[in-house]
Amino acid sequence: MFGLDKKDTSKLIIVACLALLAPFILNPFPTDSALAQFNAGYPDLMQRFVIFGIFAIGFNILFGLTGYLSFGHAAFLGVGSYSAVWMFKLIGMNVIPAIVLSVIVAGLFALLIGFVSLRRSGIYFSILTLAFAQMSFNLAYSVLTPITNGETGLQLTLEDPRILGVSATADGSIPVTNLFGLEMRSTFELALGPWAFQFNAGYYLCALIMLAAFYLAIRIFRSPFGMMLRAVKSNQQRMNYTGLNTRPYTLAAFVISGMYAGLAGGLMASMDPLAGAERMQWTASGEVVLMTILGGAGTLIGPVLGAGFIKYFENIFSKINDNVLHTWFSFLPDGMEDAVVFIIHPFIGKGWHLTLGILFMLVVIFLPGGLVEGGQRIKGWLSRRKAKDGGKAAGETNPAE
Amino acid sequence: MDAILLQILNGLDKGSAYALIALGLTLIFGTLGVVNFAHGALFMIGAFCAVTLQRILNLSFEFVDETQTDFLGNPLKVKTPYVEAWFGPDIGGSIIDWAVPLAILFAIPIMIGVGYVMERGLIKHFYKRPHADQILVTFGLAIVLQEVVKYFYGANPIQTPAPDTLNGVVNLGAAIGMDIVYPVWRVVYFFFAVLIIGGIFCFLQFTTFGMVVRAGMADRETVGLLGINIDRRFTIMFGIAAAVAGLAGVMYTPINSPNYHMGMDFLVLSFVVVVVGGMGSLPGAVLAGFLLGVLESFASMNEVKSLLPGIDQIIIYVVAIIILLTRPRGLMGRKGVMEE
Repeated sequence: MFGLDKKDTSKLIIVACLALLAPFILNPFPTDSALAQFNAGYPDLMQRFVIFGIFAIGFNILFGLTGYLSFGHAAFLGVGSYSAVWMFKLIGMNVIPAIVLSVIVAGLFALLIGFVSLRRSGIYFSILTLAFAQMSFNLAYSVLTPITNGETGLQLTLEDPRILGVSATADGSIPVTNLFGLEMRSTFELALGPWAFQFNAGYYLCALIMLAAFYLAIRIFRSPFGMMLRAVKSNQQRMNYTGLNTRPYTLAAFVISGMYAGLAGGLMASMDPLAGAERMQWTASGEVVLMTILGGAGTLIGPVLGAGFIKYFENIFSKINDNVLHTWFSFLPDGMEDAVVFIIHPFIGKGWHLTLGILFMLVVIFLPGGLVEGGQRIKGWLSRRKAKDGGKAAGETNPAE
Repeated sequence: MDAILLQILNGLDKGSAYALIALGLTLIFGTLGVVNFAHGALFMIGAFCAVTLQRILNLSFEFVDETQTDFLGNPLKVKTPYVEAWFGPDIGGSIIDWAVPLAILFAIPIMIGVGYVMERGLIKHFYKRPHADQILVTFGLAIVLQEVVKYFYGANPIQTPAPDTLNGVVNLGAAIGMDIVYPVWRVVYFFFAVLIIGGIFCFLQFTTFGMVVRAGMADRETVGLLGINIDRRFTIMFGIAAAVAGLAGVMYTPINSPNYHMGMDFLVLSFVVVVVGGMGSLPGAVLAGFLLGVLESFASMNEVKSLLPGIDQIIIYVVAIIILLTRPRGLMGRKGVMEE
């Protein structure tokens, strides 16, 4: 289907099902039950899932295929957000021009940075991208304040021109982002017995764009261009010896992944029209690296999984507090209960980053292929066991000669 | 003239922190070939050693003094630190006052221990893995260390003042007839950094141990073939590098109250410093540290800022980009280091 082989089609379908049915999948617990806090099916969080999914897919095109570890990708996301908000300020509240502009601006920005950074490889490349990103971050905070609004962040105001729209709605408030009239924040609620499912217009726009981005990533992975990028990763020197200039290929990959980041930034601004410099900080770049590695760098589905995983647990872990733990472990004897809660306490609530750090280290140490490799190992182990059982059965019926 | 001298001082002072951290990073990189993203965290742990020592010295007991009353008319509760009770108020008080310099002695064994455990427990397993993996695992470690410190000490900066006698300002220009007023502690920091850097270079240059380590940096395999256990020596060097970062952190606490993410803030800069100086070159790291410090403080002068707005924020990165593109090995980089 769509020029994909059977395996890739099934991957695309899995991701499509996950994305489109997310309001159901992420809301498995009835609203008034004790477990309702593990529901993640509300619009804000679901939007973050898919937006960071796009970001990670794009990052993976660079890191997973070429092996160039960029520590400055958040800069493109920030640039995308700023340009989208400027579009809302100047043109109107339709999201399409905003998203298009953010992709283009991020692409140009990536072209500039990539052209310089890709002259070096390995650790030097990482440091160069880091330097550029920190530079943009510092500039956004200081000199570029007329464009970025400094520490406050860029926001919409009632005085914005909005040539194709209105500066203010009839009741005097700031208009909301929309897609040809369909408001991004409009949500349809479906109550089914004790469950309540929310279907948000903005989320579905993001999800559809994410699916398109995912499809494009599959095509890039399977194309001759993708093969070339993989060749760069495995042995760039040999590529050069064969008389091939790898720079245009890596630059193209860099720009594409920068455009993905810009797309994510544009969507982020479309869902919530403000942009701040903290989105460009290097810790934000570190986060997308974490997502990609955790899910599985170089695999198709890994970054999406990683992004969902990190955003889900970030949200859930931060919500758990000592009281919740006490109710969970109330079946234990008193002393034990307190002890268990005391041990778990540093890892939950505000301690989420500690859990994330430990998890990330464990993944890098034991599972360099991320969650995807973990899944494959379990699958391999299961099938080996099955094969062994089968072999034994066969051995019984056919005694060795 | 005064202003320029003042900026040079400022720069040397800022640069000494960069140089110390970059020196440690380069020691690790030059010996073990590992890119250590957790080095900023070591700096931070050093700073929190000072905080810890200060808290230990301030441990106190309470007793009720019947002769005095507080403003509510109740008997006054007097808090006395144990140290003052043991050594008398004079000596005890000055011990507490000198907590930060004393923390140097306290931090050295701790930092060497932390470095040793880190190398044996984690980094040892990453020699054969690609540099990207080393960056990632140490990045993860940095997050963990940072969060552990945050858990125990909270997220707010903690005041750790310098001793009273070193807390004021001094007029450095008096001798040459100029007026350059400068905080004493920053002068102390600069000389401390020079001392440490000099100490490390002497150690590497004039001791047998240092000679073996230098030989190992040049050709690890051959040194190994000569029957020398080079891994052990490199582990010790890792401990020393951790101690250098830690001491830089201890002495930095009076300048900037330590908080849990100070390491990350310095890490990015010190990596830039190392790359500018040339990966694996110790003199390069020190030179680049001071150079970037001086450039940064000149860029923050008002005259320069009015000419090139915002230059003070980005000067270090601009220099790094120019250097990397024109002299790819950095200022004093060796051939064949990290060139794959």
